[in-house]
Amino acid sequence: MDIANVNPVALTALAIGLIGLVCGAALALAARFLAVHEDPRIGQVADILPGANCGGCAYAGCADYAKAIVLNDAAINLCAPGGQEVLDKLCAFLGKTAEAAEKKTAIVLCGGDSGKAPRRFAYNGVADCAAAQAVHGGDKRCGYGCLGYGSCARICPAGAIEIANGLAKVHKNLCIGCGACVKACPRTLIQMIPVSRTIHVLCRSRDKGPVVKKACSVGCIGCTRCAKIADDGQIAMDGPLAVVDYAKPFDNEEAVEKCPTHCIVRA
Amino acid sequence: MKTITAPYRIEGGVHPAYRKELARERAILAMPPPGLVRISMAQHLGAPAKPLVKKGDTVLRGQRIGEPGGFVSAAAHASVSGTVQAVGPAPTASGALAMAVDIESDGNDTSLEPGPRHDNWAELDAKTLIGLVADAGIVGMGGAGFPTHVKLSPPPDKTIDTLIVNGAECEPFLTADDRLMREQADGIWTGISILRHILGARSVRVAIEDNKPEALKAMERAMAGAEGDVTLIVLPASYPQGAEKQQIYGITGRETPSGGLPMDVGCLVENVGTCLAVRDAIVNGRPLTERVTTVTGDPVAEPGNILNRIGTLYSDLIAFCGGLRSPATKIVSGGPMMGFAQGSLESATAKTTSGLLALAPDQAPVYESLPCIACGRCVRACPMTLLPCELSQALEAEDYELADAFHVMDCIECGCCAFVCPARRPLVQHMRGGKARIALKRREAMQNNKEKG
Ligand code: SF4
Ligand code: SF4
Ligand code: SF4
Ligand code: SF4
Repeated sequence: MDIANVNPVALTALAIGLIGLVCGAALALAARFLAVHEDPRIGQVADILPGANCGGCAYAGCADYAKAIVLNDAAINLCAPGGQEVLDKLCAFLGKTAEAAEKKTAIVLCGGDSGKAPRRFAYNGVADCAAAQAVHGGDKRCGYGCLGYGSCARICPAGAIEIANGLAKVHKNLCIGCGACVKACPRTLIQMIPVSRTIHVLCRSRDKGPVVKKACSVGCIGCTRCAKIADDGQIAMDGPLAVVDYAKPFDNEEAVEKCPTHCIVRA
Repeated sequence: MKTITAPYRIEGGVHPAYRKELARERAILAMPPPGLVRISMAQHLGAPAKPLVKKGDTVLRGQRIGEPGGFVSAAAHASVSGTVQAVGPAPTASGALAMAVDIESDGNDTSLEPGPRHDNWAELDAKTLIGLVADAGIVGMGGAGFPTHVKLSPPPDKTIDTLIVNGAECEPFLTADDRLMREQADGIWTGISILRHILGARSVRVAIEDNKPEALKAMERAMAGAEGDVTLIVLPASYPQGAEKQQIYGITGRETPSGGLPMDVGCLVENVGTCLAVRDAIVNGRPLTERVTTVTGDPVAEPGNILNRIGTLYSDLIAFCGGLRSPATKIVSGGPMMGFAQGSLESATAKTTSGLLALAPDQAPVYESLPCIACGRCVRACPMTLLPCELSQALEAEDYELADAFHVMDCIECGCCAFVCPARRPLVQHMRGGKARIALKRREAMQNNKEKG
């Protein structure tokens, strides 16, 4: 048969068909002989995890954490968003027991919104806290307070951070406790604390009282009154700043009431 | 000695309004020592200096008050006589906090006995002279502040054959180097000769932009009798002609490799002010305690080139120039292209403060930045032949790997891209932020590797 006489369309179809067949066979063989057998439990554990991929467990995502649980015997109580429910399911599935870590929430330790803590100059650049910080140390007069350009809010997978009036605020009910925001803040204002704690010193300024007063109307001026009320170290002075020790339970309205600048709040 | 035009043309660049007429005809004016000086321990690149004095100490002008904090570091000296009022963190021109020594002047301006004069420098060896330069706390006075004695001590496998002296002063508004060359050409030439002797450099190139005809003439006169391969280079005025890598290319045609230093291509670049400081240190035995700063801008009542004590507060400097006669919306330390916008006037002059610029409201408008329209103007303007548009978008998306692959680390932050961008994108701010982030990541990776062994 003279190849030139064959219909070119048919020839093309035949050629492509043949290539397809050969490749298909190769793939089928590869799937059979080169298959990687994954522990089926990894997939099942991953299904139990909430799939938030927040990274709060310090693994690269839920699937990675599942792998670590099954293969490396990682602790099973690291998933903050999952809470007790996921922990129970994991215990049942893996036949293990584990204490739930207390649920944590993020808190922004600054109360100086635009009305209370004035700005030194008008910043007109990239809307990012690290970028603003790099321009002459940030536009806020207080060198420690929240800049309000929302780097934390942008990274939060749960949409739990709201920027209102130039100040970031975490909504406790939405926060899944992943901790991603902590690293995002160039002024290290965000801390992870047990959700049950309700009394906070919303200030991180290490300036002395008179300097704080000029920069913010709700800053800690280091008067030490609160530390005297919370005299078991629940609130302790760290230099000129009162700091809550979140490991020690404390709930005394007096501390809130006696703070002259109202930087201690119940929330 | 001969005079030629720069043989090579740099890539990109822009032509901003130079506005040098505000201060160029004002002769250098010495400002009397202010009541208080604030001397930062971080006036240079590298490790900050360590303060040697404490509150209450009395010091004399020229006394060493900060010792180098490492090899790449520089000493600091008191610029007035008086009492140390405080030692503590204070914002530098960039806004970062660094240790600073506040000295309250006693008004007598008593100097420490100057060190020995070395008129015989030609007979001294390089090591001795480099030691004297280090003792005087000299750093690059053009703006970057790299410690000069470190530059003068290249590792043994690098040879420097060409000493380039930078008198380009391509930043708009600034005229301090121009005045220095017009008024002190001989001193600068002595400094250059000392540097040439230290390096044993075969060739000397003094580069000045063609918009400074008087400075060109003055330097030509001072260099007339020079022997050997000495050339005065006339650069066509264009920004950033005075940037190190661009200048090396424009004069020698050598391209500094990515991430490399001038010494990798056998060059060393020093600013004219630095050369004068070297002369003062070696010949007069005086450490670096003063410099010329151009105080300028339309709102400044009496713009001028002010010889001020290092550590003079910006507020005092502006007051010495008659204050502001009209409102200023922006005050910039340095020039308008690469300087640092100030949040207040509390910072003080440093060894690197070439200018203090006040801008009127219409010169620093508040604008909204828009998405990139892909016009490519920034690409044409970039003297480092980068792709600023791509880089800024990668950085906005926090894709640091892509930005690194596109060589954001080679960005010299000259500002040409942002200057031409019709969408008013804050390109340089993106680059600065991205470079800082990538540098941090690299450091962390290095730390991790070290810990792993
Ligand atoms: S607020 Fe912080 S800790 Fe809470 S979910 Fe958002 S990023 Fe995670
Ligand atoms: S808490 Fe930190 S990251 Fe969040 S807006 Fe304030 S300064 Fe920015
Ligand atoms: S700032 Fe950087 S990217 Fe922009 S033009 Fe200059 S070197 Fe190029
Ligand atoms: S100049 Fe501005 S708008 Fe044009 S390509 Fe560059 S970044 Fe985009």
